[in-house]
Amino acid sequence: MLGYIFNFGWLNDLVRMLVENIFKISMDTHLGGSVHFFIFDSIKILILLSIMIFGISYIRSYFSVEKTKLALEKIGGLKAHIAASLFGIVTPFCSCSSVPLFIGFVEGGIPLGVTFSFLITSPIVNEAALVILLGTFGFKVALLYVISGVVIGVLGGYLIHVLKLEKYVEEYVYQMKMGNQEIVELNRKERISFAKENVKEIVARIWKYLLVGIGIGALIHGWAPEEVLSKYAGPDNPLSVIVSTVIAIPLYSNAMGTIPIAEALINKGVGMGTAMAFMMATTALSLPEMILLRKVVKPKLIGIFTGITGISIIGVGYLFNMII
Amino acid sequence: MDIKILGTGCKKCNTLTNNVKEAIAETTVDASIEKVEDMKDIMGYGVMSTPAVVIDGKVVSTGRVLSVDEVKKLIKE
Repeated sequence: MLGYIFNFGWLNDLVRMLVENIFKISMDTHLGGSVHFFIFDSIKILILLSIMIFGISYIRSYFSVEKTKLALEKIGGLKAHIAASLFGIVTPFCSCSSVPLFIGFVEGGIPLGVTFSFLITSPIVNEAALVILLGTFGFKVALLYVISGVVIGVLGGYLIHVLKLEKYVEEYVYQMKMGNQEIVELNRKERISFAKENVKEIVARIWKYLLVGIGIGALIHGWAPEEVLSKYAGPDNPLSVIVSTVIAIPLYSNAMGTIPIAEALINKGVGMGTAMAFMMATTALSLPEMILLRKVVKPKLIGIFTGITGISIIGVGYLFNMII
Repeated sequence: MDIKILGTGCKKCNTLTNNVKEAIAETTVDASIEKVEDMKDIMGYGVMSTPAVVIDGKVVSTGRVLSVDEVKKLIKE
């Protein structure tokens, strides 16, 4: 019974009744399958987005960039990279604040590599990506995604540390003086308003992309030829992961709206790792984020950061294709 | 009263600025609004997540788009 509620079996049945009895389209036809997929997926993901972003944001309101910085200042070594990645998951952070965060961390004596561990994991494991993954592929895949996001952040940041890339930080960053940080504690009402605000902001930002993604997904669901897709983008094609990662770089994170396309493709034989790599690359390697980072680091470091993160994502993609 | 909005000009910062303007219009407080966009000045306030609000030199909110009501409350305090 609980399973029926949580995996949206009820919604599945409701939409099926709607399609068969009201629209009078048989579920066995291409059209019926597509219409069902579109309505079911849209409603399911919107419900999940609203509930889960609210919950996640409420938890996140107990954390802040300022508190994270203070905590990271006290840790050293590999542990600091792991902590930075984990904080990247829970700390409320918008990529538009990348520059002040970067300066603040570096000014506070947090090593460059640790700062990057945070900056890599934080966008990958974002609430919207999690919800969409959970809604389309289930708990196991969402969890694997989170773990991969942390591993890539730790690995990427650690490599940047080992390679001693501090010289590629713009000089002015080291001359910045931070004022005293005031930690503004929120009360319960403010936390709720913070969580509501986040739901509104994220849903308003991605719903259009999501509906288009679900729409295309629905078409693929009903019509796309299975043999062709699995031949070109299936787990056995060694190039598929690399191609999907590269395509994702110029796309902004709103492109995660395209994940329902991935779901439909996977049902048709496309590799799960290929879809995951695409999702991680849209969030972690976005062009707008690189343009922001350019203000604080030199092009060479952006290149190295992109290279390391890109290769790690491709690696994870292959791993997923092998194990799922 | 001196209100500063710290931010680098992203969409969230603009929404917050509008909310602050509205809040000032609705209360009868005599306040000046200033947008602080220079990174050096923003860091000077110890702020790492924008947008942030500074009232009379004190940071009262960071990383959030405050609603009109929340701004009104902050002004009254």
